[in-house]
This record gives sequence, structure tokens and C-alpha cells, in this order.
Amino acid sequence: MTLIDLANPSRFSALTDRVLPWLSSATLLAFAFGISQAYLAPDDYQQGATVKIMFIHVPAAWLGIFAWLLMSAAALGTLVWRHPLADVAAKAAAPIGAAFTLMCLVTGSLWGRPMWGTYWVWDARLTSVLVLFLMYLGVIALWRTIDDPTRAARVAAVLTLVGAINIPIIKFSVDWWNTLHQPASVLRLGGSTIHPSILVPLIVMLVAFTLLFLTLHLAAMRNEIMRRRVRTMMMLRADARAGP
Amino acid sequence: MNLGPHAAFIVTAYAAAIAIVAALVAWIVFDRRHLSRMLDAFEAQGISRRSERANEETL
Repeated sequence: MTLIDLANPSRFSALTDRVLPWLSSATLLAFAFGISQAYLAPDDYQQGATVKIMFIHVPAAWLGIFAWLLMSAAALGTLVWRHPLADVAAKAAAPIGAAFTLMCLVTGSLWGRPMWGTYWVWDARLTSVLVLFLMYLGVIALWRTIDDPTRAARVAAVLTLVGAINIPIIKFSVDWWNTLHQPASVLRLGGSTIHPSILVPLIVMLVAFTLLFLTLHLAAMRNEIMRRRVRTMMMLRADARAGP
Repeated sequence: MNLGPHAAFIVTAYAAAIAIVAALVAWIVFDRRHLSRMLDAFEAQGISRRSERANEETL
């Protein structure tokens, strides 16, 4: 099967049926290993045991951003190349990205209360992630507002590309402004500042969460293809009832 | 495992993460079942897409 064959939704669904059991198994194995590593990781000298929240907070934050980047690439696929699966990928990714961004906000707040003394502060990093969550809700609402999927895809693609401006703002907010949130400590030019005893479990959990995202996204894309078939059949039934 | 004085925050964070992932999985599974039922109902009514009709004719 060549890459161009995947542009056919039926072939893509058939491939998804074959890949999903393997991907689900890999996700479960990665989580089993990641959670055992997180359990065995030592307490941080400053954060104590609350560092364990980082093993879910950091991957959730990564996926919140990754999903929007994926939607932006898909938006280009819709607007420039009119790829038949591009808007399917974008629409399927939005609720998953929103869920992981919500997870990032909730776990961050639960870490902030014992460490900073507050659940929330209108700091540049926290506010820009909240804006990302609201943008996800906006895109989901837009998809639901417009009946015609082709028109909805174009409008949502434009909104997604405009919203992509927020991604570098999230990433560099801790460098550009004086924030309560700590600066970058995993992905930075000088290398990670985290001790390997905590960095290794964190990377394993990042891999596990990414596999989970890919599994959920492929399954959601398969559902979206089915939803479009249902819509086509509804229109065929309406045509048949209306008569010649 | 001793989670120290902030155990409630750690346990709540993990519970929230599990609840969010469970909700996502449930949404995808139930959505698929609902859509499969609808497609089966259309098939039972004899409604099929052009591509499916073309496949049937060539067989």
C-alpha cells in the first residue's frame, strides 16, 4: 500500500482496523512500564512526592500542543492540497487535544496549590494554555455549527491556523515574561536540567501518552469516516423519498 | 508508598487524569457502536453508497 492509497477513506479505515490492536497493546505496555518507573522514582529535593504529578502534567501539556500542531498541518492539507483525510484528521484531533489540555490545567492546578500556595494565577504560561483550551472549544463548536463538512473544514482550518500563533507564545511565555511557572527544563538548548532518576520515567510517560494519543486519534478518525458515510446515506434516503 | 503531606493532591491529579482518559475512550467506543448501528439500519433498508453499488455490480 502506497502513501497515496491512504487518501482513500475506505483503505484508511481498513488499515486502521489492522493497526489499532497493535497500537493499543504498545500503549498499554508503555503505560505499564512508565507507571512502574514513576512509582519507583525518588522524591524531588524541593517538590517532594508532588513531583509525581509531573509524570502526567508534562505529557498532557505536550499533547495539548502537539494536537494543535497536528491540526495546523491538517489545516494546510485542507486549504492547500484538499486532501480528503485532512479535515477528518483535524476534526478527530480537536476533542482529544481539548481533553489533554484540560488534563494539563487540572493537574497543574493540583500541583500549584501545595507548591505555589494557589490553584491558579494569571501568569503568562497558565493563561496562554487556558486560551489554547478555549480555542479547542471554539473549533469544536465551529464544526458542530456548520452542517456541510466541506465548508466547516475550510472555516475550521482558517481558525486553526490563526490559533497556531498561540503555540510559540505558550512555549516562550516563560522566557518572554516574568512568570511564576518554571522555565523550560526538558526541551532546552543546553540540555535537560532534570536529574536522570526523574527524567527517564518522564520520557517513558511522554512516549506512553503519545502512543495513547495516536491510538485515540486513529480510532476517532475511523469514527469520523463512518459519520460521513451515515450523512451520505441520510442524503440518499432523503433523495429517494423526495422522488425524481 | 509514602506520598507525604500532599498525598491528596497527587491522588486527585491521577484520578482526574484517569477520568479524562476513560471519558475519551468511552466517547470513542460508544460513538463507534452508535454509528455502526446506523449504518446497519441503512443497509437493512437497502440504501447503499454509489461506490458500494459499483462494487456489487462488478462482483
